[in-house]
Amino acid sequence: MPRRDDIAKIALIGSGPIVIGQACEFDYSGTQALRVLREEGYETVLINSNPATIMTDPGWADRTYLEPLDLEGVRAVLEAERPDALLPTLGGQTALNLASLLAESGTLDELGVELIGASYDAIHCAEDRDLFARTMESIDLRVPRSAIAHTLDEARAALSGELALPVVIRPAFTLGGQGGGFATTPAQFDEIVQRGLRESPISQILLEESVAGWGEFELEVIRDRNDNVVVICSIENVDPMGVHTGDSVTVAPAQTLTDREYQVLRDASAKVIRAVGVETGGSNVQFALNRDSGELVVIEMNPRVSRSSALASKATGYPIAKVATKLAIGYTLDEIPNDITGTTPASFEPALDYVVVKLPRFAFEKFPGADAELTTQMKSVGEAMGIGRSFCEAWGKAMRSRELDGIVRTEGSVAGGSWDRFDVIAARLLAGDSPQALADESKVHPWFLDEWSRVSDAERELAAAGGVSDAAGWRRLKRLGISDARIAELTGAAERAVRRARREAGVRPVYKAVDSCAAEVEAQAPYYYSAYEQEDELRRGDRESVVILGAGPNRIGQGIEFDYCCVQAAQTFRSLGYDAVMVNCNPETVSTDADSSDRLYFEPLTVEDVLEVIERERPIGVVAQFGGQTPLGLARRLEEDGVKLLGTPFEAIDVAEDRERFGSVLGELGLQAPAWGIAADVDEAAAIAARVGYPVLVRPSYVLGGREMRICYDESMLRSRTVQPASLIDRFVEDAIEVDVDAVCDGRRAWIGAVMQHVEEAGVHSGDSACVIPTLSLGDEIEREIRAQTRAIALALGVRGLINVQFAVQGSAVYVIEANPRASRTVPFVAKATGRNLVEAACRAALGLPVELAEDPPEHISVKAAVLPFQRFFGADPALGPEMRSTGEVMGIGPDFPTAFAKAERAAGRPLPSKGRVFLSVRDSDKPAATMLAALLQSLGFGLVATTGTARALQRIGIPVETVQKVTEGSPNVVDLIQDGSINLIINSPLGRGARTDGYEIREAAIRNQIPCITTLAGASAAVQAIAQARSVAPVALQTLHAAEVESHAAG
Amino acid sequence: MTALLVLEDGTVLEGEAYGATGTAVGELVFITSMTGYQEIVTDPSFAGQMITFTQPMIGNYGVEVDASESDRPQARAVIVREGRNAAPAGRVGFSDWLAGHGVIGIQGLDTRMLTRRLRDGGTVRAAVCSDGTPVPQLLALIGGEPEMAGQALAGEVSCLRAEQLPALAPERAHVLVLDYGVKGSIVRILREQGARVTLLPWDATAEQVLELRPDGVLLGNGPGDPAALPGCVSEVRELVGQVPVFGICLGHQLLGRALGLETFKLRFGHRGANHPVLDVDTGRVLVTAQNHGFAVRVPDGGGDLETDFGPARVTHVSLYDGTVEGLALRELPAWSMQFHPEASPGPHDAREALERFVGTLTEATVAQA
Repeated sequence: MPRRDDIAKIALIGSGPIVIGQACEFDYSGTQALRVLREEGYETVLINSNPATIMTDPGWADRTYLEPLDLEGVRAVLEAERPDALLPTLGGQTALNLASLLAESGTLDELGVELIGASYDAIHCAEDRDLFARTMESIDLRVPRSAIAHTLDEARAALSGELALPVVIRPAFTLGGQGGGFATTPAQFDEIVQRGLRESPISQILLEESVAGWGEFELEVIRDRNDNVVVICSIENVDPMGVHTGDSVTVAPAQTLTDREYQVLRDASAKVIRAVGVETGGSNVQFALNRDSGELVVIEMNPRVSRSSALASKATGYPIAKVATKLAIGYTLDEIPNDITGTTPASFEPALDYVVVKLPRFAFEKFPGADAELTTQMKSVGEAMGIGRSFCEAWGKAMRSRELDGIVRTEGSVAGGSWDRFDVIAARLLAGDSPQALADESKVHPWFLDEWSRVSDAERELAAAGGVSDAAGWRRLKRLGISDARIAELTGAAERAVRRARREAGVRPVYKAVDSCAAEVEAQAPYYYSAYEQEDELRRGDRESVVILGAGPNRIGQGIEFDYCCVQAAQTFRSLGYDAVMVNCNPETVSTDADSSDRLYFEPLTVEDVLEVIERERPIGVVAQFGGQTPLGLARRLEEDGVKLLGTPFEAIDVAEDRERFGSVLGELGLQAPAWGIAADVDEAAAIAARVGYPVLVRPSYVLGGREMRICYDESMLRSRTVQPASLIDRFVEDAIEVDVDAVCDGRRAWIGAVMQHVEEAGVHSGDSACVIPTLSLGDEIEREIRAQTRAIALALGVRGLINVQFAVQGSAVYVIEANPRASRTVPFVAKATGRNLVEAACRAALGLPVELAEDPPEHISVKAAVLPFQRFFGADPALGPEMRSTGEVMGIGPDFPTAFAKAERAAGRPLPSKGRVFLSVRDSDKPAATMLAALLQSLGFGLVATTGTARALQRIGIPVETVQKVTEGSPNVVDLIQDGSINLIINSPLGRGARTDGYEIREAAIRNQIPCITTLAGASAAVQAIAQARSVAPVALQTLHAAEVESHAAG
Repeated sequence: MTALLVLEDGTVLEGEAYGATGTAVGELVFITSMTGYQEIVTDPSFAGQMITFTQPMIGNYGVEVDASESDRPQARAVIVREGRNAAPAGRVGFSDWLAGHGVIGIQGLDTRMLTRRLRDGGTVRAAVCSDGTPVPQLLALIGGEPEMAGQALAGEVSCLRAEQLPALAPERAHVLVLDYGVKGSIVRILREQGARVTLLPWDATAEQVLELRPDGVLLGNGPGDPAALPGCVSEVRELVGQVPVFGICLGHQLLGRALGLETFKLRFGHRGANHPVLDVDTGRVLVTAQNHGFAVRVPDGGGDLETDFGPARVTHVSLYDGTVEGLALRELPAWSMQFHPEASPGPHDAREALERFVGTLTEATVAQA
């Protein structure tokens, strides 16, 4: 069937902020969908609250709305735009849930909007556990034995009936299994049941037979309106059942299934997609297989594009989101050509002639106190993928792509779901443990242990021999995925020496294409991976190329923002006539969509892998400034190897990072920085602190995301933890306004993209702080000063490209906190707020081309707010501090700050209450400010609750307040109030972090009960302003806002 | 142990021995199926051929007792990137099993390069050697090996005398299978559907067939060039119209020739488990298992055609290259499929066609009575 002509305008819902369980894979699927809809001539409307996405760049949709993804927000856009259809299957669980809400509330009918891609019934069938279970029974499949509960009593009744511990608890309608868990004791059971009921928007949970230890498999399946079904990819979880698939190590295609076993799964997945009723699109079906008995159960099915389908797309080269979009607008599978081959249709199932391994990236080091055990609730923050011609080669690549910050164990148990169990397995194999014993202990299929033992055997031989003797020896090691760095480590040589010796032996990688057809059809795919093979397939062409180094796996502090920059850079270099070449290993991203660049090398971002690409590619230069800290970490060693960095030279990066040298640059410019020193140990740190004065900010140099950063108010606090060698000790500028500037410099002139004022005071990591464009309370003079200082620093450093400078403004004093001559996390936010393409300007500057960038602050107000993952890390203190812990961000746009801030909070999933009771508990220094907020809240009709100290302060100035006991004072206390839902907002500024203080208990209870909890007075002040003054305004598309900016600048 | 793969053009690739050691010569082909190496290697259609697996990891799950398509490996050699010998409980390692059956293998070479070469240049004759035979001697052996085009191989893999196999469900029809190298799963599915099966050797005459009064005849799959089996074709001509005839793979090609159509050798064949085929009647796409080096040519590429047995039509078309995947006479009960509805290994999308066959015979029997 051809394209549907009865619809002209299609709205797409994005997935909102990056959270655990929902990351940039939906930017990838959304951009693919928008590209298809545009090519097919439809008018498109996009709603997504996440400014860091590529899809929200104004060029992707015709009308782009950065609005909260709640019923109200989406409805407002639909009312304004009146699209014919809504496509909800590309925006993760968020979009699907919104589609359900819009359907159930009658909004779609009322506005005459047709749901395409998945019907309401199909969504409902897949999501409602009970209905899904019955549907599976009707096709002779089964789900694990289970019971539905809506209350704790119902759950307990089920436990005394057909179910026995251990059981799995899954809340309905939550993403990434949020709020679920695995209970082995009655106490755990009660706790997880209560949490699950709260998390589920319909207060429904599923209690399930445990299939822990069974094999876990996923199939990506697509169906069209003619009932054709194709399977795109099989994925085998190396971890047995019990670990959420998002946290599992997975391999594609499935490695340990016979054809008969695989076909059982294939048949079942086709039956599932038909029975659930997905008529046009992709679905992910998860199975548990008891390898001994052959019993098969269906775990779940997602009637939409998912994290796994993004992985499957990258693993196979088959663009699932693109095909799903074409199916949604009327085509059938036999009518859609396979992009890669150009000659075969989309009904040609991919055949792989390589192995793909995906590893999750965890960030437990950011959340001390949190439970690091892997369960059915997802906890990883990113993923890396490796492609190889053998399992071991793919494995080695994926392992070295993780760029770990935390320290892995080398011994200990591998039973259960510890995040570093595979590192332990490798270490124990090397130490001589038997594969079979480790298989028994870990419940990992013995085949994988046998594969890993090939690596450990080779490593043991290598260590014993002390080196590699011939080309065959080199080839064997490289084919096992063992890196030059690892060989260096095992032989005591330098990595460069290892590389030289390997190359002298003539052992170099070749590049093979990912073509979806195992070379059966001649393919045009510019998608490559390295292999130690005979034939190189790279088609380089004659055009000059630029290599863009990506950001690797998402982690806290480095995520989608940098992918945005890399993709923008690729677009720019392409438009300037170069071949844009991308190197990255993150399967979630838009940058690893082969459509984003002229050539994609899916490779680890290590010196070895990047150098090999560069030597094969011979680019005019390499761009390291867009991928965050990852490429910067490589820059020096690449330069040492003679690689030309385009734009800002490494020297400038080094000066900016080196406090001593940066300090003298500031000195020469006559700029102020807080007093500082570099300490080798805690005693030196104390001496520096005594000199510069407390409080001080302590942090290791060369870090991103404020890792290990802390503020110490006195010497005992400073000495309470170790100080790493070469730590920076800065005087901490208290009660200061923090300001961020993103600018572009071409070496002769610098342009200010935007000056951003942080909502939270200095001391809260800029990534976790809300910020606003334009600045609100700096005053013209200080803003001018900041712009001038930024320009001076950019020029002095010799920046050719982007630079971000952070300032602290205390009264009329401006302090330079730091400068980073690279893309910052805020570049995409600036682009959405101002309409300025900073990345394009930076690329031009890097190439020495003329740059033109408007600099005036915009008229409308844009607020960026952070989204924090504490729901996933119970036990970690949610108080904001100098270490970044947010996973994502949202944006609110409005004519004034309160309106924009209220929208941003709504978009972040923390809607501010308009009535009810506010609990206040603040430290003494915050009390004067808190009393003013309390008075305002009272005048707005809120009831006030406080513990003794704060209550007394309020009562003294005549504000009525209810006193409640502290946790330590017995029951009923404040935590009880929070638990029974009688508190609507918490304002709690911490005295110290992490300790088992009263404040900690309160914040922890707030997180568990999902009550908005504000931990800074500045944040509270913004929130109260928003509650008081936010207005309901019609949404405005970015295209309209930016056009208005251009006009007003033209007029001005 | 070092092993060599030598192509007829003199190319020599080095790898390691896998399976048995020795020397084998044959036609080199590739297959893209990602599972089912055991079924593939035991498929009699691979007689005379050496199989390159594009899936690099082979031998991961061992060999099962009852998953073979015939009583022994039929391929002359296997070429793999990463050969394994895993033997889960109750199974035998693939390499050991190949060695036990004397099937030679080579591993560790760039199988993707080989596949690209076969794709672009077409299948070639080649030798796999792990016993130190010098290259010039191997080239001489290759030169002595006949080209696949023109080869009649059914006789090498067919049963030697008639075999009676009872139905595995309540009996409702008697199906006669002409064994040109039929896969075990075709016979098993027929029996599971309630057919009593009589297996006759490849050179059985129409008279011998009709004497047994079957309700239907299945022309099975098999190796070699259909054009080299003129005797089989003339027997099929005697059967059409006398009894319902269903051809699979080589059987399809023989039926095609019996109807007066030509067959031709594909450059590198269709071998895999992912080939989409359009079912012309329903408009549906079937994802099919395929294993053939020859195909039926129809005038004007498809649609309706006139044959020696009246009007016929193309029922299935390859969405991969437009070649004929199915034929049916309009007025007589004779039809055929180029792909493998029994799959094994491969997707079950088309299995229903084979299962339905027994049912249609029952209806025909009832109608005749």
